[in-house]
Amino acid sequence: MPQLFPHSANSSVRVSLVILVTVVAALAWVGVSYQYGPYTTRQGQTREQPVPFSHAHHVGGLGLDCRYCHTSVEGSSFAGIPPTKTCMNCHAQIWSGSSMLAPVRDSFRTGESIRWTKVHDLPDFVYFQHDIHIAKGVGCQSCHGDVDRMPLMYQAKSLQMRWCLDCHRAPEKYLRPKDQIFNTEYTYPANQLALGRQLIQQYHVRSPQDITSCSTCHH
Amino acid sequence: MYNQPKYVPMRPSTFFRDGRSERPAVPGTVARDELNDNDAVYQGRVGGSLVDTLPVPLTPELLARGRERYNIFCAPCHARVGDGNGMIVQRGFSRPPTFHQDRLRNAPVGHFFDVITHGWGAMPDYAAQVPVADRWAIVAYIRALQLSQHAPASLVPADHQADLNQPLRLPATEFGKAAPHGVDYPKEVQP
Repeated sequence: MPQLFPHSANSSVRVSLVILVTVVAALAWVGVSYQYGPYTTRQGQTREQPVPFSHAHHVGGLGLDCRYCHTSVEGSSFAGIPPTKTCMNCHAQIWSGSSMLAPVRDSFRTGESIRWTKVHDLPDFVYFQHDIHIAKGVGCQSCHGDVDRMPLMYQAKSLQMRWCLDCHRAPEKYLRPKDQIFNTEYTYPANQLALGRQLIQQYHVRSPQDITSCSTCHH
Repeated sequence: MYNQPKYVPMRPSTFFRDGRSERPAVPGTVARDELNDNDAVYQGRVGGSLVDTLPVPLTPELLARGRERYNIFCAPCHARVGDGNGMIVQRGFSRPPTFHQDRLRNAPVGHFFDVITHGWGAMPDYAAQVPVADRWAIVAYIRALQLSQHAPASLVPADHQADLNQPLRLPATEFGKAAPHGVDYPKEVQP
């Protein structure tokens, strides 16, 4: 009986196995990159805005406190996007002829809102609250990154659920004293874990079991 | 699911002509607990004239709150020491008067409340950014700032009176010269 397969069939099988594994691995890599990468999360991407507002200039350069503009951040779920009047507090006199600021002046004159593009946009089925995070010792920087060094605003973190859970499972890794929440130059001390555990007690942060329950954020 | 047909803060609306989902209160609306009928507290005036005593209790917490709010909202122009040379003034905004002058030391507390609420000269109002309770905290802190630069020697505790006659402990060789890189002056003698 003649051989059904030529000798080369052995190598063909081996080569196709290698190709199969490579293709599966490549597909998995594409899938993971899609799911967790900036294409989906928009992490690190600046957005087109009506006015190229620079946090680096206003916060890092001039030293304005976050709360000068985001006035409701300590007492509300929403940090607050400042009304045009807040811009005009200074820009009535400073850079008052700049063409870059024309949309601000137009908005102030006509009462039309400036249509900013939301950068940190959580899905509508997540109920995030700024005030509780501040009350429990989470610094602005922990979620928003080094805003004082961002000429244009971008999302510094992925904002995906596993990123939220990283802190909700072990808050002691990130908590800081309440008087340091708005400090853009804060550095974690060497004994952060010990300090964090102490702050958990002091600020009555609930247990990881409680704050990782689904209904804490999805209700 | 990601974007549900509901209003979250600042989400635009196609229903209202101005495109906003946030609606202003109907004129004349009084929200619960916001009757605000205490003129001394909410207007800084009684019978049309500015109040001269703080209409809220003066506590260490009030002063601490006042310092925090002053440093957020006022210090950009008035500077943390209250001399009116803040960062925004250094960038070209009209320089406000210093708090450390007789006209403002003698001004009634209601004056500062009134200026925060309604603005004054080039200064815009801060009514939307600073709630009433915080305005009084800031006013109390301004008084503390004024005292800090204008305190009589008799206010120094008896056991520290002798310190007043000591020469200032300044690093004689460094003070007044440009700081070489890497030299940290003690906080209290920074030029």
